[in-house]
Amino acid sequence: MTNARDGLQLALFLAGLLALTPWLGGFMARVFNGERHALSPLLGWAERGIYRLGGVEPAREMSWQNYLGALLIFNVAGCLLLLAQLMTQAWLPLNPAHLPNLPFPLALNTAVSFMTNTNWQAYAGENTMSSLTQMAGLAVHNFTSAATGIAAALALVRGLVRKQTNNLGNFWVDLTRATLYVLLPLSLLFALALAQQGVPQTLGANVDATTLEGATQTIPLGPVASQIAIKQLGTNGGGFYGQNSAHPFENPTPLTNFLEILTIFAIPSALVFMFGAMTGDRRQGWTIWAAMCALFLAGFAVLWWAELQPNPVAGLPVSLEGKEVRFGQFGTALFATVTTDASCGAVNAMHDSFSPLGGLVPLLNMMLGEIIFGGVGAGLYGMLMFVLLTVFIAGLMVGRTPEYLGKKIEAAEIRWAVVAVLAPAVVILLGSAATLLYPEALKSLNNAGPHGLSETLYSYVSAAANNGSAFAGINANTDWFNYTLAVVMFIGRFAIIVPVLAIAGGMARKKASPQSAGTFPTTGATFTGLLLAVVLIVGALTFFPVLSLGPIIEHFLMLQGRAF
Amino acid sequence: MKHLVQSLRMLVVFTLLTGMIYPLVVTGLARALFPTQSAGSLVFDAGGNQPVGSALLAQKFTQPKYFWPRPSAGDFATLPSGASNKGPTSVDLVKAIADNREKFGAAAPVDLLTASGSGLDPHVSPAAALLQAARVADTRKIPRERIEALVKKFIEPPQLGLFGEPRVNVLLLNRALDEMR
Repeated sequence: MTNARDGLQLALFLAGLLALTPWLGGFMARVFNGERHALSPLLGWAERGIYRLGGVEPAREMSWQNYLGALLIFNVAGCLLLLAQLMTQAWLPLNPAHLPNLPFPLALNTAVSFMTNTNWQAYAGENTMSSLTQMAGLAVHNFTSAATGIAAALALVRGLVRKQTNNLGNFWVDLTRATLYVLLPLSLLFALALAQQGVPQTLGANVDATTLEGATQTIPLGPVASQIAIKQLGTNGGGFYGQNSAHPFENPTPLTNFLEILTIFAIPSALVFMFGAMTGDRRQGWTIWAAMCALFLAGFAVLWWAELQPNPVAGLPVSLEGKEVRFGQFGTALFATVTTDASCGAVNAMHDSFSPLGGLVPLLNMMLGEIIFGGVGAGLYGMLMFVLLTVFIAGLMVGRTPEYLGKKIEAAEIRWAVVAVLAPAVVILLGSAATLLYPEALKSLNNAGPHGLSETLYSYVSAAANNGSAFAGINANTDWFNYTLAVVMFIGRFAIIVPVLAIAGGMARKKASPQSAGTFPTTGATFTGLLLAVVLIVGALTFFPVLSLGPIIEHFLMLQGRAF
Repeated sequence: MKHLVQSLRMLVVFTLLTGMIYPLVVTGLARALFPTQSAGSLVFDAGGNQPVGSALLAQKFTQPKYFWPRPSAGDFATLPSGASNKGPTSVDLVKAIADNREKFGAAAPVDLLTASGSGLDPHVSPAAALLQAARVADTRKIPRERIEALVKKFIEPPQLGLFGEPRVNVLLLNRALDEMR
C-alpha cells in the first residue's frame, strides 16, 4: 500500500511548507509592523475605510487590559449575534431549502464553537444550515476567530519584544490587517482553486437528479468553495457538509486534498517565522519551528504506520473503513496528523474508525495543547507558554535567573503560563469523567469497550483544544454534550488568551538586559530538545493514564482478536 | 461601553466584507471561470437535459447490470450523508464486513468490504471494478473482454502522476456502459 509516490508527496509537502513559511511570515511581519507591503497600494483604502466605518482610531495603542477587553467584548458580541441568527434563520433570506430555526442548546454550542475557532459541529450542515447562515454567519466567524488568534499572538510577541511600555498595539488594527491582507486574499485564491477542481459555489437551490436506476438523488449545493477555503486557512475546520473534507464536494480530488493539508499549516507555520523576524533574530523562530516540525513528523510516522497494519478482529489486511479511495492511506494519514496538530479539525476520513494507535495520535496531538504549529495565532502563543516554562526550568537547573529575549521571567509570568498550560487539561479530564459517570450521556456512544472511552475523551479533548474534529460516531446533539462542550470550548479558548495577554502586559513593562556569557541561549538544537522534553513530559504525565485505558488497551485487545 | 459600540460596528463591517462581498465575489468568479465545476459537476442524460447525478457523488446501484460503488453507511443519502464511525474492535464492523464479503465474494478488495468516509465515495479501486466485470458482462450478455476494456479505459491514474491513488468513477463507468452498443 505504500509506494515511491508517498515519499515524494511528503517531500513536496515539506518543501512547500518551507517555501511558504518565510515568504508569508516575512509578509506578515511587514503587515503587522505597519510597514508598506505588496498589498498596501491595492487595499490600503479599504483598511482606512474599515477604520472609519468601525469608529476606530488606528494610531491609538492599547494596554493589555484594554486589548483584552476589546478582544473579549468583540468575541462575545459576535457569539451572541450568531446565536440569534441561528435561532431565526427560517425567517431570514437565502434559505432555499426552507430549513428551520435551531433549538437553543444546539445554537449555543454552535455559536461558541465558531467563536472560539473550534468548529465542533453537533449537526450536519447540509440539512441544518441555510446558505445565509453558512456564509454570513459561520464563515464570518471563520475569519474573525482566526484573526482574533493572530491578534492575541501579536500582542504577546509585542510584549516580549517591546521594552518598558504599556502599549501592545491596537486590537482593531490587528484584526483588520489579519483579515484584509492575510486571510481574505489567500482565501480568495484558494477558493477559486477549489472551485476549479469541483467544489461547488452556488446561491441557488439544490438540484434533483434522476439516477441511472431511476431513483431521485438530491445534489446538495451552496456557497461551499468560499467557506472551505477559510475553513482550512483559518484552522477552523467547520465543514459545509457533515462529512467535512471526506465529502467529495468539499475535497473532490487528491490535489485539493494536498492543498487543503498545506493550507492548514501555512499561516501557523508562517507566524512562527514572523515571530523570529519581529524579535530581530530569526533563529528564535526557527528554533521553535524545529520543535513543532519534529513533533509533526513523529506523529505522522506513527499514524501512517498504524493505518497500514492489519486488523485481525475484522480480518482486514488494512482498513479503508471511513476513508476515501481517492486519498488512499497516505493522503488520509497526512491530513489526520496535520488537522489535529494545527487546531483545524477538518477531517478527510472518520477518525473514529482508525486503528487504535492511529486514533491515539490525533488525541495526543490535541492533548499536547495544539502547539504543533497549532491554530492560527493560538499555536504560536500556546507554544510560547511552553517556551517560558522551558526557560524557567532551564534557569532552575543552572541556578540563574531565567531570561527570555533579554527579559527576566518572574513568578507572575510562570503562574500565568501554568494556568494556560493546565486549564485545558483540567476541563478535559473533569468533562470526560463527569460524562462517564452520567448514564444518560453514555447513550450517545456509538462504540462499546475501550473505544467508547476514547470516543468520550476525544470529544472533550477536541473541545478544550479548540480543534473541532470528532470521533464522530458519538451523538453530540444532546443537551448534555451541547452545554458541557460549549463550556469546555470557552474555557479552552479564553483560559489561555487571558494569561497570554497578562503575560504580554507584564513582559512589555520590563527592561531588557544585554546578553552575557551567562545567558542561557534560547536558540539552537539544545533549546529545541529541552522544549520538546517539557512539552512531552507535561502532556504525557497528564494524559498517559487515560490513554492507556482507551486506545492503548484497545490496541492489545485488537491483537488478541477481541471485539465489543 | 466604547468597546461594545466598536465591536458591533466592526461586526457589521466584517459580516459585509467576509460574509457577503467575499462569497459573492467567489460565486461570480467561479461561475464565470468554472461554470460546470462550480455548479456541482452535474452529469446529464444522453439528451443533455435531465441531470442523472454528479460526477463527484456516488449514487446507489443495486441492479446486477451496473457496477456497484463502495458500501455507504448512510445508504447513499445526501441530506446528510454518513459514515459508520465504527471503531476497529466493533462487533458491528465485523458483521458489516462479513456481509460485504458475502455480497462481493471472497476475492473482494478492501474498498468493497469497508464503508466510505463520506458515504458518497464516487470511486472504487481498479481491482474492485475489474472484480465486478464478470457479473456485469453476464447480465448484459456482452463479452467480458469488452467490459474489462471499458473499465481499463476508466481507470484514472494518480493526479498529475503523483497525488492520490488509481481509481474508477462508478457513475461515469455505468453511464458509458449504458451507451455501449
